[in-house]
Amino acid sequence: MSQADLSVEMRPGLVGKRVKRTEDPRLLSGNGQYVDDIKLPNTAHVAILRSDQPHALIRDIRVDHAMDVPGLIAIFEAADLEGEVRPAIPSSRIKGYYATPYWPLARGKVRYVGEPVLAVVAESRYAAEDALALIEVDYEPLPFAIRQVDAVADDAPLIHEEAGTNIIIAREFGRGEVDAVFETAPVRVGAQFRMTRKTATSMENRCYLADYDRRRMAVTLWTSSNIPGIVKDALADSLSLPGARLRVIAPDVGGSFGGKGSLYHEEMLVCALARKLERPVKFTGDRLEELTASSQAFDELIDAELAVDEEGRFLALRAEVIGDIGAYSIYPWTAGLEPVQVVSFLPGPYRIEHYRGRVRGVLTPKPPTGPYRGVGRPSSTFAMERLVDMAARKLGMDAAEIRRRNLIDGEEFPYRTGSGIIWDKSAFMECLEAACAHLDYPALLERQKKAREQGRWIGIGLSCYAELTGIGSRIAVAPGMPINTGTETGTITIDSTGSVIGAFGIASHGQGLETTLAQIIADELGCALEDIEIRQGDSSLVPMSTGTYASRSAVIAGGVAIKTARVVKTKVLRAASILMDVPVEDLDASGGIIRARSSNAAMTFKELANAVYMQMGRIPHDKREDLTGSESYDPYLGTACSSCHVAVVEVDPETYGVRVTDYVVAEDCGRIINPMIVDGQVHGAVAQGIGAALLEEIHYDDEGQLVTASLADYLLPLATDVPDIGIVHIEADLPNNVGGFRGMGEGGTIGAPAAIANAISDALSPLGIEIQTLPATPDRLFRLVEQSRATHLQKGQ
Amino acid sequence: MSGKIDISVTVNGASYNRSVEPRMLLSDFLRHELGLTGTHVGCEHGVCGACTILLDGRSARSCLTLAVQVDGQEIETVEGQGSREELGRVQTAFRDHHGLQCGFCTPGFIMTITDMLHHHPLESDEQIRDALSGNICRCTGYQHIVNAVRELAKERGPLQ
Repeated sequence: MSQADLSVEMRPGLVGKRVKRTEDPRLLSGNGQYVDDIKLPNTAHVAILRSDQPHALIRDIRVDHAMDVPGLIAIFEAADLEGEVRPAIPSSRIKGYYATPYWPLARGKVRYVGEPVLAVVAESRYAAEDALALIEVDYEPLPFAIRQVDAVADDAPLIHEEAGTNIIIAREFGRGEVDAVFETAPVRVGAQFRMTRKTATSMENRCYLADYDRRRMAVTLWTSSNIPGIVKDALADSLSLPGARLRVIAPDVGGSFGGKGSLYHEEMLVCALARKLERPVKFTGDRLEELTASSQAFDELIDAELAVDEEGRFLALRAEVIGDIGAYSIYPWTAGLEPVQVVSFLPGPYRIEHYRGRVRGVLTPKPPTGPYRGVGRPSSTFAMERLVDMAARKLGMDAAEIRRRNLIDGEEFPYRTGSGIIWDKSAFMECLEAACAHLDYPALLERQKKAREQGRWIGIGLSCYAELTGIGSRIAVAPGMPINTGTETGTITIDSTGSVIGAFGIASHGQGLETTLAQIIADELGCALEDIEIRQGDSSLVPMSTGTYASRSAVIAGGVAIKTARVVKTKVLRAASILMDVPVEDLDASGGIIRARSSNAAMTFKELANAVYMQMGRIPHDKREDLTGSESYDPYLGTACSSCHVAVVEVDPETYGVRVTDYVVAEDCGRIINPMIVDGQVHGAVAQGIGAALLEEIHYDDEGQLVTASLADYLLPLATDVPDIGIVHIEADLPNNVGGFRGMGEGGTIGAPAAIANAISDALSPLGIEIQTLPATPDRLFRLVEQSRATHLQKGQ
Repeated sequence: MSGKIDISVTVNGASYNRSVEPRMLLSDFLRHELGLTGTHVGCEHGVCGACTILLDGRSARSCLTLAVQVDGQEIETVEGQGSREELGRVQTAFRDHHGLQCGFCTPGFIMTITDMLHHHPLESDEQIRDALSGNICRCTGYQHIVNAVRELAKERGPLQ
């Protein structure tokens, strides 16, 4: 295809409309079904004894007292599952990488506080926890380095001795003469940037229920996962089960944001135990377990430097990054996922000829880093956008103007960045201009000037970025990962009653994909929206599936929905042509009715389905075909989704609290399927970005203990922390994929921390403060201000 | 744990007599004993508000309440606010304004808002956001929920 296919847009339809979600009635009335809501007879419940040591050998386990607890069924340690479960190996094609094996329970050694050690199985969770409290584990503590700067040292204690090093992954990207350009560059800015460790924190904790069917020797796992297909493939290998005897279902899932997007110990565990005990086994995680034993994110030390000429043009960029990847390389994405993407996306949406980014991923005794909304790019955008503002300040140039001079534009697309990412044409510049116009940027600067005269700390911050979405099979979404994440299969079936069933490999967990895919199918097939049921989140629906992550579902599942609907429509019209005695070319379908263009002849999909399937002889036997289609779609390349965010903040000089007063996002997500859902995604992602900028921080103390282990310590944004967010949708040139969609679920989280950090730096610029660490908590800001005042005082003396 | 205690409660207008362990959380009682899984549990330490119910008409955290404490009291949960076929007013406003995404925190919000509509002025966005600040939503960024409540408050008029 040479250009985006606009045929859907040519006739009025549901795509582009604010269609109310089909998921809502069940979720609003308490009829949603999340994993913990599923009740199977005779279910056994697991409580997990987790390590309270960051790095230690397991010397002795004493369970005697626990055995008398009423309702206890059994207690399992790793040795009890030996030979029954194989480890999951997160392999990668990256040279020199070491894949840490991933087991259901710790084997002889623990590597972070929260790592599963024992599975206590009982008739109820209450009884399981009673027994758990009576178990004693003797550990022999081992030395460890809890901070990445110490863990990279040659003599640092090793987390995985077999690896021979803590640095299990390293990459370098680049082009040009970076160091030479820096030598002669008129302006250089640089600093060490860090977004501290955080975690996804969906409102539903992780939950798993496995059932064993003795008759078929088959396992069914209900999981709060957004990658049921990947989990199925991993478990098939781990449990040595053929796929036909393994089904993984993600029913209603209470959010993920990446936190439920990896294989977890407990998923392997409940399946192995259900098979062993021949009864259903359930694990319901609590918030403490969620915070101590789910994947975490960010936590890179980014030493970055930007070289600029006198006119503000970017000449070269270089960075050294150390990513704290925790104690394991996460399955299946690997330890490269988060830190490697920091260096591959650091150049952002800018024209930068000379670039070098080096990254090392280092093991520390913490839960592994894994996918979190935006992956790598919140940190890379934070570092880059801070450098841009620092350069502007040094040059005395306006923040919007310096970006205008460097954004890739017009004929420069498709543009290959210094790290090899290819940006297809997207509205980089238009987003900047639209965001500034929306907030009346010149008036805003005027307002700020007046506020400053009154001594108020008000700041304006911009951030521009682009992300790669809807990535096809050319590259895996995680660097070097050998799993194909670029293909999606769709099946559409019209059954004998006229129901239209669309089945996909994606796994919606709040995105409203049941609605958006139905909108697409209704338009393409011409059936009625209410006749469509979208099935997803179930590994048995399609031959191979992965799930919903990496801003892929609207692009790839949307694309395959269009392709498949077209195939089925052809069959519908062929059958209708025979039934109505009208040539196919004279027929069209919309709203559930097939009509002849040149006469009043019409029939419903229901009548058609009845005639095709039930009424013998209506269609000659050699012409009859099922009203079904199954296609696959692979966009091969990815498509850029770009945005500009502008934030206005006020810092309270008494409390050092930061209030975000104004916020606007201008974004280009291609053709919009449902503007209401797009707005909701932007709002939610920006709120998470505000959390990352101001509130959320996973903090391990020097003893390796998590000190932010409740929602009273790990602070999530509340309704009072988030302002109304203005959104400008820019639909510029549509991307070259089926449907013209760009993925947009992650962007807000990428742009917001940088915009807010720039706004705070701007607010405090009279004190010469540049934000380098997020979240910018009152404590951090207080210290920065005190430091700055002390320096000024010294200079004054 | 032995020594079960008999309790009698009214939930969404229906009465239930059950014998429960003194330590059983009200959230677990509703979900596992009565099968009313619309009430969700997000943190079990009273911060997130997903488990919010109405206890004698006022919002309460069912994860911080023991089932034995509510003996003789009246409870309302999300299931009592409307059905799948006929959503209640707050539920409909949520749907119209896209006030939910994954839906997990939603029942708690619906119960909080039901209480607030009876007892809180909700005359400005600031008051609305303040009223919502005891419930955490990780998906929506709150704006669409605020829009829904604004409409509901307008419809209600000044607090009587």
